Amino acid sequence: MALLEVSNLGIAFGGLQAVSQLDMTIEKGHLYGLIGPNGAGKTTVFNMLTGVYRPTEGNIILDGKDITGKNPEAISKAGIARTFQNIRLFNEMSVLDNVKVGMHNQVPYGLWTGILRLPAYREKEHEMNRKAHALLKIFDLDEQADLKASQLPYGKQRKLEIARALATNPKLLLLDEPAAGMNPNETEELMQTVRSVRDQFGIAILLIEHDMNFVMGICEEIMVLDYGRMIARGDGKAIRNNPKVIAAYLGGD
Amino acid sequence: MALTRLKHMKKTTRSNLITFGIVIVFYLVVEALMAGGLTSSSFEGQLVPICAYVVLAISLNLTVGFLGELSLGHAGFMSVGAFAGVLLWTVLGKTLPAYVALPLAFLAGGLVAGIFGVIVGVPVLRLSGDYLAIVTLAFGEIIKNIINACYLGYDENGLHFSLTDAASMGLAPDGTTLINGAMGITRITKASTFTMGIALVLITLVVILNLIHSRTGRAVMAIRDNEIAAQSVGVDLTRYKLTAFVISAVFAGFAGVLYALNYSSLVARRFDYNTSIQILVFVVLGGMGNIRGSIIAAALLTVLPEMLRGMDDYRMLIYAIVLIVMMIFNQSPQIVAWRKRVAARFTRKKGAPAPQKEVA
Amino acid sequence: MQFLSYLISGISLGSVYALIALGYTMVYGIAKMLNFAHGDIIMIGSYVIFFAFGSFGWNPVVSVLFAMAVCTVLGVTIERVAYRPLREAPSLAVLITAIGVSYLLQQVAQLLWKSDPKSFTSIVTAAGLKPLALFEGQLVISAETIVTIIACVIIMAALTLFVNKTVPGHAMLAVSEDRGAAQLMGVNVNATIALTFAIGSALAAIAGALLCSSYPSLSPTTGAMPGIKAFVAAVFGGIGSIPGAFLGGILLGVIENLSKAYISTQLSDAIVFLVLVVVLIVKPTGLLGKKVNVKV
Repeated sequence: MALLEVSNLGIAFGGLQAVSQLDMTIEKGHLYGLIGPNGAGKTTVFNMLTGVYRPTEGNIILDGKDITGKNPEAISKAGIARTFQNIRLFNEMSVLDNVKVGMHNQVPYGLWTGILRLPAYREKEHEMNRKAHALLKIFDLDEQADLKASQLPYGKQRKLEIARALATNPKLLLLDEPAAGMNPNETEELMQTVRSVRDQFGIAILLIEHDMNFVMGICEEIMVLDYGRMIARGDGKAIRNNPKVIAAYLGGD
Repeated sequence: MALTRLKHMKKTTRSNLITFGIVIVFYLVVEALMAGGLTSSSFEGQLVPICAYVVLAISLNLTVGFLGELSLGHAGFMSVGAFAGVLLWTVLGKTLPAYVALPLAFLAGGLVAGIFGVIVGVPVLRLSGDYLAIVTLAFGEIIKNIINACYLGYDENGLHFSLTDAASMGLAPDGTTLINGAMGITRITKASTFTMGIALVLITLVVILNLIHSRTGRAVMAIRDNEIAAQSVGVDLTRYKLTAFVISAVFAGFAGVLYALNYSSLVARRFDYNTSIQILVFVVLGGMGNIRGSIIAAALLTVLPEMLRGMDDYRMLIYAIVLIVMMIFNQSPQIVAWRKRVAARFTRKKGAPAPQKEVA
Repeated sequence: MQFLSYLISGISLGSVYALIALGYTMVYGIAKMLNFAHGDIIMIGSYVIFFAFGSFGWNPVVSVLFAMAVCTVLGVTIERVAYRPLREAPSLAVLITAIGVSYLLQQVAQLLWKSDPKSFTSIVTAAGLKPLALFEGQLVISAETIVTIIACVIIMAALTLFVNKTVPGHAMLAVSEDRGAAQLMGVNVNATIALTFAIGSALAAIAGALLCSSYPSLSPTTGAMPGIKAFVAAVFGGIGSIPGAFLGGILLGVIENLSKAYISTQLSDAIVFLVLVVVLIVKPTGLLGKKVNVKV
């Protein structure tokens, strides 16, 4: 059984059909790319998968469970994590605490345990710190653990967002333009990191990206969206030579 | 020895210990001065109110500084807490020993304020934005008006209540009036002491600081910094907003009891919009999200006007200006950038050589 | 008959709320901020009329026009000095500043004019208008009530035309839809926001004149409660919507007056805010508001 099965997914804002009749299957441990011209509905798909928007039609099944129309908290608990196109960190909190918020439902303890500093508090905080530092190390952020998130340079902020998403222990990770605003060196480095995250955590990753080298370089399967519909899917080579895709990008018909 | 250990501690732990230290040193110094007969009676009269305002400022900071929502009805929570606590104290104080009745009075005050916190918070906190400010402001005013019109008394037939006047309570001639409309509660046996006030401040500090440095506190701050991101990592927005808001209300209730038991009479007028604004000024001046700042601002701004009697007419005017200037100075992107430039120029002049030109 | 009389005075009170709500709803829609000081601009406007007309004996119409001018200058100045520096700041900072401004106006009024209420002479009666007696004198409608309702309807119509048919009006619509895009299209955003504050503040002066003519007690806090209730009206009708402000204002005025008459004077304010809470639970976008999707 596939990890994620999306069938006939669609959403309309008022009269505007932003996404329609979208089918998608995602397997465990694979890397997928979602591409398409600006306004094709890529981020809208992410927003539906993560419960920010409620789809007007279709179903989303994660690991055999129907999560269609659930709210973002429930979907995070079910196992989908994401990053955002315009970075959304907890800016006034430390880098370490950003990751620890990510573990909110992974290492839980109650209000009173925290206020009264019951024995479980020390134990759980210790566990969280250990896990968080390990995650930060993967992204080369452990040196900056005590900085405020807003003090990080841009590229590191993008990485911290991924680390925070991984802290939720997801089955599926959605990355919305992870390489946006990065220079070629940083992009190259990020490709390595994304690949190693997939290998290390054994999770599925679906990413939106405009940098074609990035997408072609690491994604095993690419899906192309245009005007809210999937017009092609396949490996890098097939997509590059698909006349529909070329037409969509060049604006011809 | 102790100092070197202090140096190696985690930054937040150290900062918290300094905050506790300030409160304890303040207490010891004031106690020593009082023992030596060096304090004026007007200053001594301010000690319990100082503690009450410190608790109010810390608790409001939880809502404003850590949750990032604005409450303009903190005095309202203080008010319902005060009335609940004093009522219980008046009724139980006669039969039970003080060490039982007093804690019960405080608990009642906190509980009732917390219940009102839930009533106000549940419908409003589901929505983001400015609604909480409006609804809490309205809450404070409405509570004031309702308590002002409240008549409560008891006789051998039980409790009597009216919202119109004392006569319509239908109290027997030998009955006792508890709340007498706008006159409020009178002939209260004063019970608050400075030591009790400091104890409440310390309890507040322990609870709020522990809360902030826990899973719950991180969830609350995450909501403040970015609601959408907080949701995306599985934080239940309503639940944590409500938790922070209600805890804030509970401590306002405690502070209300402490404050009210310092006087022989209690009227609802005392907890008006001006009081809520005053507490907000403590928080803003001390720094949103800065607990120690709240304590210092609350203590200083409670003592100072007493010393500068002539300024009394202008006190609230100055508060208004403080709110505007602090916000523009600290939050305007242009002014923050300008301040950074000035600071950079200043440090360069003072010490280190000018930075070398960057090599492209 | 009594019910009808309560209903009509409720509509009149509601018309005042509607005029105030316009200022809130336009500023909220266009500058995306809650201008807490709006209610206090009403108070300042009322004092200006009180002195111009009551003390200096100016013509009532001239007094109102003068108050409109003063309020416009005041509103635009507040926007320029206190709000514009915070346009890109977190909304909590803007809100606290607005509360500071509101409080500042109240305190300045208190220092200048003291807190004891002044008794306001109705400008409507002074203009020589007489109450209307219907059903052989069984139902008397005051001139203030009639003028308030008529003024409100005219202003609503004029404002709707202005927003939909003129270039500055279109600029306002554009800025409220998408400030960034409007700026790229050559709309002067700062000027448009300033214009919004100017219109809102001028209307506040009219609202002040009508409010104090019907409820002739003027003090530094006169504007506070009507201001907050008008905001409730704006939310009730759908924040950002001009017809919503009208509808919300009228409904709220009627609800308030009827609950005063039939339930309890002490509880009428609580009932008004209960309406807000119910609206927020059932339909947070208000009666005529549209749902806005947060951009993620």
